Amino acid sequence: MTDSKYFTTTKKGEIFELKSELNSEKKEKKREAVKKVIASMTVGKDVSALFPDVVNCMQTDNLELKKLVYLYLMNYAKSQPDMAIMAVNTFVKDCEDPNPLIRALAVRTMGCIRVDKITEYLCEPLRKCLKDEDPYVRKTAAVCVAKLHDINASLVEDQGFLDQLKELLSDSNPMVVANAVAALSEINEASSSGVPLVEMNTQTINKLLTALNECTEWGQVFILDSISNYSPKDEREAQSICERITPRLAHANAAVVLSAVKVLMKLMEMMAPDADFVVNLSKKLAPPLVTLLSSEPEVQYVALRNINLIVQKRPDILKNEMKVFFVKYNDPIYVKLEKLDIMIRLANQSNIAQVLSELKEYATEVDVDFVRKAVRAIGRCAIKVEPSAERCVSTLLDLIQTKVNYVVQEAIVVIKDIFRKYPNRYESIISTLCENLDTLDEPEARGSMIWIIGEYAERIDNADELLESFLEGFQDESTQVQLQLLTAIVKLFLKRPADTQELVQQVLTLATQDSDNPDLRDRGFIYWRLLSTDPAAAREVVLADKPLISEETDLLEPSLLDELVCHIASLASVYHKPPSAFVEGRGLGSSRRALPTRSGSQDILESSPSHGERSGVIPTQESLIGDLLTMDLGGPPVPSSVPATPFASSGLDLLSGGLDGLLSDSPSVPPPQAAPAPSVGLLGDIFGLAPSASTSYVAPKQMWLPAARGKGLEITGTFSRRNGQIQMEMTMTNRAMQPMMQFAVQLNKNSFGLVPAAPLHVVSPLAPNQSYEAVLPLNPTGPVQRMEPLTNLQVAIKNNIDVFYFAVVMPMNIFFAEDGQMDKRVFLSTWKDIPAANEVQYTINNVNMSADAVSSKMQQNNVFTIAKRNVEGQDMLYQSLKLVNGIWILSELKMQPGNPTLILAVKTRAPDVSAGVNTAFDAILHS
Amino acid sequence: MIGGLFIYNHKGEVLISRVYRDDIGRNAVDAFRVNVIHARQQVRSPVTNIARTSFFHVKRANIWVAAVTKQNVNASMVFEFLLKVTDCMQSYFGKVSEENIKNNFVLIYELLDEILDFGYPQNTDTGVLKTFITQQGIRTQTKEEQAQITSQVTGQIGWRREGIKYRRNELFLDVLEYVNLLMSPQGQVLSAHVAGKVVMKSYLSGMPECKFGINDKIIMEAKGKPSADESAARTGKTAIVIDDCQFHQCVKLSKFETEHSISFIPPDGEFELMRYRTTKDISLPFRVIPLVREVGRTKMEVKVVVKSNFKPSLLAQKIEIRIPTPLNTSGVQLLCMKGKAKYKASENAIVWKIKRMGGMKESQLSAEIELLQTDTKKKWTRPPISMNFEVPFAPSGFKVRYLKVFEPKLNYSDHDVIKWVRYIGRSGLYETRC
Repeated sequence: MTDSKYFTTTKKGEIFELKSELNSEKKEKKREAVKKVIASMTVGKDVSALFPDVVNCMQTDNLELKKLVYLYLMNYAKSQPDMAIMAVNTFVKDCEDPNPLIRALAVRTMGCIRVDKITEYLCEPLRKCLKDEDPYVRKTAAVCVAKLHDINASLVEDQGFLDQLKELLSDSNPMVVANAVAALSEINEASSSGVPLVEMNTQTINKLLTALNECTEWGQVFILDSISNYSPKDEREAQSICERITPRLAHANAAVVLSAVKVLMKLMEMMAPDADFVVNLSKKLAPPLVTLLSSEPEVQYVALRNINLIVQKRPDILKNEMKVFFVKYNDPIYVKLEKLDIMIRLANQSNIAQVLSELKEYATEVDVDFVRKAVRAIGRCAIKVEPSAERCVSTLLDLIQTKVNYVVQEAIVVIKDIFRKYPNRYESIISTLCENLDTLDEPEARGSMIWIIGEYAERIDNADELLESFLEGFQDESTQVQLQLLTAIVKLFLKRPADTQELVQQVLTLATQDSDNPDLRDRGFIYWRLLSTDPAAAREVVLADKPLISEETDLLEPSLLDELVCHIASLASVYHKPPSAFVEGRGLGSSRRALPTRSGSQDILESSPSHGERSGVIPTQESLIGDLLTMDLGGPPVPSSVPATPFASSGLDLLSGGLDGLLSDSPSVPPPQAAPAPSVGLLGDIFGLAPSASTSYVAPKQMWLPAARGKGLEITGTFSRRNGQIQMEMTMTNRAMQPMMQFAVQLNKNSFGLVPAAPLHVVSPLAPNQSYEAVLPLNPTGPVQRMEPLTNLQVAIKNNIDVFYFAVVMPMNIFFAEDGQMDKRVFLSTWKDIPAANEVQYTINNVNMSADAVSSKMQQNNVFTIAKRNVEGQDMLYQSLKLVNGIWILSELKMQPGNPTLILAVKTRAPDVSAGVNTAFDAILHS
Repeated sequence: MIGGLFIYNHKGEVLISRVYRDDIGRNAVDAFRVNVIHARQQVRSPVTNIARTSFFHVKRANIWVAAVTKQNVNASMVFEFLLKVTDCMQSYFGKVSEENIKNNFVLIYELLDEILDFGYPQNTDTGVLKTFITQQGIRTQTKEEQAQITSQVTGQIGWRREGIKYRRNELFLDVLEYVNLLMSPQGQVLSAHVAGKVVMKSYLSGMPECKFGINDKIIMEAKGKPSADESAARTGKTAIVIDDCQFHQCVKLSKFETEHSISFIPPDGEFELMRYRTTKDISLPFRVIPLVREVGRTKMEVKVVVKSNFKPSLLAQKIEIRIPTPLNTSGVQLLCMKGKAKYKASENAIVWKIKRMGGMKESQLSAEIELLQTDTKKKWTRPPISMNFEVPFAPSGFKVRYLKVFEPKLNYSDHDVIKWVRYIGRSGLYETRC
């Protein structure tokens, strides 16, 4: 006898036949008929017409038959509410049955029948069952309260079921406790007011922790998930919870392990990050996470998605486990892609060699998505681990040689990022890239290639021809490519104006006249206007320094990451989206989870719980940040605190007025300007934001070139920043016997890319014993080369006698940009974001000033006070400043009234500059 | 929580459909079929979100088991549960196939009703389920029997019933290890780990308390035994470093954490006591040395040497080496010193089988592969050479030190229990790139 035959009946008149069988006297026949009905129901046939006949079979002592009838009832009761009433009596009777299995079955089924009239009858039996002597009935009744709450929430509250449910938390049977916890959590979550109906306290948590040791694996999951919503009073309580949960990490069930990880990750937030307890706990977390990778692939997938979060939140936990994330040939594709993601996150200098050889291997696999991701990963490694850049680039070149189309395209996209990160280092490969021009058919790859050509137009002999070839099909390109092409040709024109005028004319016409795309048209007009009004300004705008690109990609925004950490193991952690993004809301708005914060922590700045977004570095997924306009549209929010000086825009027409607004908000407008030049016109207005009277600190002049070495030429000098312009101020004295003339200056490549903005002007001839005060404006727009020390500048001065070389150290404060004020929230999140390792402390002695005086003094030097606090008699100043090359520096000044010693803590992503900043602070405060 | 559970055959026809929650409609069944089973593209994720409804699926053989929900459920729990459902079906009626599911659909519905209540997983231990969900229909139970069942389903020791009696108290321990290896063509170990498990078969009377001892370094040090080095010097056996281990739910985890002792009351019959993972000091039983030479565009020469690396007195069995060949292979000539080798065109591989091989031996295979001229530019990606084997020792060095049985209420002692221990090392993913 096989039951599969029930799936195959398809004849007509089936319903009628079933009807007669259901009413048959023979028990055996009845049972067979009910089975057939259930089989039909399964495959999606409508058998609701048989309702009364099936319900008639309910009164039976055969448990199997009873269960089948109940199954039918659950499916169709809603569509036949009146008929369903017929079943109530049987339910009520069954709830009194001596057999606990039947009592539980009745109460379980009744809760699934969503008919109001039945619900009324449910209350009494449920109340009894919640107090039943048998734990099996109690555990079933506990879930039934949740069912009832789903149907009619107010009924549950009015009838006092919540209190009964709470009592079950102290039940002697662990499974009853677990189900009660599950039901309570669900009811809390669904609460319409957003306020949990049942608050957890220390006692209940203790009870739960006790039950945890004894209940089934699923019960443990319910309990752990529920504990994860509890915020302990203090650090000690958090520690004791952690200690009692840690043994769960050795459970065979991945869900128990991940739920335990969730609780631990959350509670660790309450403790000092360097406490022994946290360090030990972190060590214990790694092995179970690695073990999850040997479970079934589906579980692995969930584990990997969570590990991705954990690696972002606490990179230390898995830093030594790179190897376990190596991809296996037979892994399902979803596991492979996730592993690759984590590999990139874990890559560092010590393991990069291994990672690279793995990635190279993956780049030859079959799955297109995977290969692309692997290629992209190689590029990420180059950007993340500088010493490996060389090898990454050569690996990418090898891959380009394979001529596999999608590999080539992907490689070009990442090489563009590498060029961004390390300008002027790998240009030699451009010719290889150009060979593949014809095969590129994806917009992103085309856009990247065009960007490269535009950026290095001066080094590519036939750049104009190449760009012209793209221009032929301009209309057919995607917007992304069109925008790139427009910018690239303008760049080309600015670099080689002589022979490309026609080309630029052509592209501007195409962009402004033949396109319907407003972005493209606007950008075209802006360029046109800039070029026609003031090519010099256009140069500064279009060829401006690009902001740094960040080392990490696809990092989750910190507040989202924190929220997701609270949802480890759940669907939210798999999607990497907050639950509100995929769950239809029942009181969801209020149930956003947040990590607990450490009490007594120094983050007194925290004025609002929501974190601002990262700033300072531009994430690279904005792949096309070729110039300021894309930045303006797609870049991350920037501190909107550019000094608000009124613009002289009244007399300008609409377009230039708009331009004003656009440019002044944009972060990448180079702050320096050609200060004294009267010819700036429109641009002068745009950039005329500097405060009129600058009193920033200028160091006294020092001897740079003694007369003995300068064949009679003596130079003393210093650096200053006036009205946003870096200047080199020199006193040149002729101590020789003959007049000097034909002065010129040249600067070697330096850390900040300083180049003279104008030729050196010295009165000529400089008569013997005559002195001249020369001022040389400098722009930070030249090629960059790292110097040691960072602020070292090598200068060559030439006159009719000889060329003289000398090196000077620039004070760091001349690089403090005017737009260095950070938004409070951005400051806070950035401060948290920067690893503690980047924090450097200094002491500054002999400062006798009040905090306010310090603050205003610093402000004059473009160090902006974001917040001032007084903690335990100490004044704390939180300050931000921005270097002209886009590096943000955050600092904390601690001062005690009456004590002339200040403590300065500097935090920045580029710790190399910290020392210079300290020296600058010291100098400013003592000036 | 889980809103519904569906089982489909490979064509996407529904075999079982059970809805637990009101927010899941009938159309969810079709949504999954259309968007996942019938999707044109290969499955890219075991979790799919269709119109704010999330579907979790596992596919075993030709059967799709899918759970559906509209809430933010614990995803790892859902998958663990789905896997448990397939285990459970398997233990009830054998292979999870379309035929078996159709034949047992009443039973499956009964099980689903029991192990999932309103989407919350309940006790899924098959040993316990089998005491009251039977295929024989209802047996008349006495009141005591009923009470025993319910206390067991919900009880602290939900995996063992009272009153078990054996005339001969006996237990079997199988230490099963899977060696995983990824080796570079130059013979450098890229990654290696052993995934081991201890499977126990217990036939013991009453409620016996067991204590299990292994040569884990941490445990041995915690026990105050002479340090690993000393005892190694004395017995010639070293303690091993276990990276991580996991236990069956019967093991008292809190005791393991505090006292480093593994104690438990075992379920009756067979179960997996523990799983562990080691990465240090693994003795790799075999090494494969590949040599691939492409001779022009139509010919390839492959030479593979396999070396066994364990005590000469031991014998490895069921050795199989799989050497992938390009898709455009037209013919293969094979020569091997030992065993049998065959080119299997349908699998694009040369399969070389050796029945037995002693320790410290070496064998070689050479093949000439003829290729068809193709115009596809794409290079052949050279999948790794994989290997299967079975050896009679534990490659991690894992040793069972003792297993003591105490049953205070019955009159048998630890000495009366007959104990058997067996070590088996098998290949997991044992690959050498070429």
